[in-house]
Amino acid sequence: MKIVVDFDLCESNAVCMGIAPEVFEVRDDDFLYILDENPGPELHDRVREAVERCPKQAITLED
Amino acid sequence: MIVFAKPSSGVPSRPSRSKTEQAAPLTATDSLAHIVIVGASLAGMQAAQMLRRGGYDRSLTIIGDEPHYPYDRPPLSKQYLAGSWDESKLRLRAAVDPDELGIDWRIGVPARALELSGSSVMMADGTSIPYDGLIIATGASARRLPGPDLEGVYVVRSLDDARALRDAFDAEPKRVAVIGAGFIGAEVAATARERGLEVTMIEAAKSPLGRVLDTAAGLAIADLHRSHGVDVRLGVGVHSLVSGEGAGAHTVAGVALADGTVVEADVVVVGIGVTPNTGWLEGSGLTIDDGVVCDETCLAAPGVVAAGDVARWPNVRFGEQLTRVEQWDNAVDQGAYVARRLLAEDEVAPFAPVPWFWSDQYDRKIQLAGMPTSSAEVVHGSMAEQRFVQIYGRPDRDELVGALAWNRPRQAVQARQLIEQRATMAEARETLGG
Repeated sequence: MKIVVDFDLCESNAVCMGIAPEVFEVRDDDFLYILDENPGPELHDRVREAVERCPKQAITLED
Repeated sequence: MIVFAKPSSGVPSRPSRSKTEQAAPLTATDSLAHIVIVGASLAGMQAAQMLRRGGYDRSLTIIGDEPHYPYDRPPLSKQYLAGSWDESKLRLRAAVDPDELGIDWRIGVPARALELSGSSVMMADGTSIPYDGLIIATGASARRLPGPDLEGVYVVRSLDDARALRDAFDAEPKRVAVIGAGFIGAEVAATARERGLEVTMIEAAKSPLGRVLDTAAGLAIADLHRSHGVDVRLGVGVHSLVSGEGAGAHTVAGVALADGTVVEADVVVVGIGVTPNTGWLEGSGLTIDDGVVCDETCLAAPGVVAAGDVARWPNVRFGEQLTRVEQWDNAVDQGAYVARRLLAEDEVAPFAPVPWFWSDQYDRKIQLAGMPTSSAEVVHGSMAEQRFVQIYGRPDRDELVGALAWNRPRQAVQARQLIEQRATMAEARETLGG
């Protein structure tokens, strides 16, 4: 699993960070940082949930 | 506009989110040979996706009154109205390929009635669609002002509404009057200003967003708009719309206010809230009272569930009171929940989320988690710098129940988790303050 964020769409709502903080972090500068672009299998369910719950549909997954 | 840095690496260890509700396993039973979803909406689409993902492989029909596949509404008052997005970007991702989920689409024809005893949905074209399980996700419609329809008066709820308003903005009107400083009105005012249009925003209450924000936070919204050149009129109601003279008798020319003044405007946008779309359910036997009344598991009748803006249910997290939530995130969450609810053979935990929504106006991101109360305090930043966190306590005991964040998305997410964990106000101050 590889995480790709469309930074033109992302608006830093930080929903993804709430669901998978090991992977997504919105810092005090309001920027989203991807902490782990290739998360391990134990995180896949929550990363998928983050993909779905992103209000901007800005996150996609590649195999 | 928020700008984003490139991804960096480095993995800090953090506790994972505690889940209070576990998804019930989905079981496609023989008793549910056909599930019908009324509402080609965000909630309806999410329910369909969750049914399929859970292994439901029987017939699935989605009915929608609009002639469009499901699309996302939040950009209608922002990116789409601004002209920076075209319609192709609005389609919900799960509906980009309409054949993907094996759905029988009935779009462009509204449902007209529900026959509970016969388990079928009567369509406006005279056909009827039988069901074994029914998901009601018909959403809500924009309220309009009484009086004759005038040209130049708009609401923003559907894609067709937004397209008409965008065309009107393209024609460069002299002044746009926005009636109602709720979230839709405020976002439309911000987008119109960013397009260089002159804007007057009229609100009957003393402060904008009075239904959700306290007076001080509402007035900060008014300041934000004034600093961007909006003529904000607070505490004054609308008397009537004014039409033009002669050939313009059917076209709006302004808004007459209760204080006797007239705001001249060639485009008027009405943002005075919504009413749930329950007309088709009258006489069905379902309890209809400002929405489809459900139990704490979103069940309206045996085999019938409701989700999204149309559903009214008791969120037991906050008490017994029935609530109806008009929010994007709730539509996603509740749509997924009712799919599980419909298929689950065992008891399902109540639907008791911590609500959350956002609004973008100019370069401000406003997020509200949980429920605002009158017990409010600013614990981070200040309203004057328009970058702050305000927290809300439960009146009867020491518990965080809500938080408002302006350009503080990180704290908004933390607050939502603290509310879920029933944190004390002191814990909230400690985590969110500074």
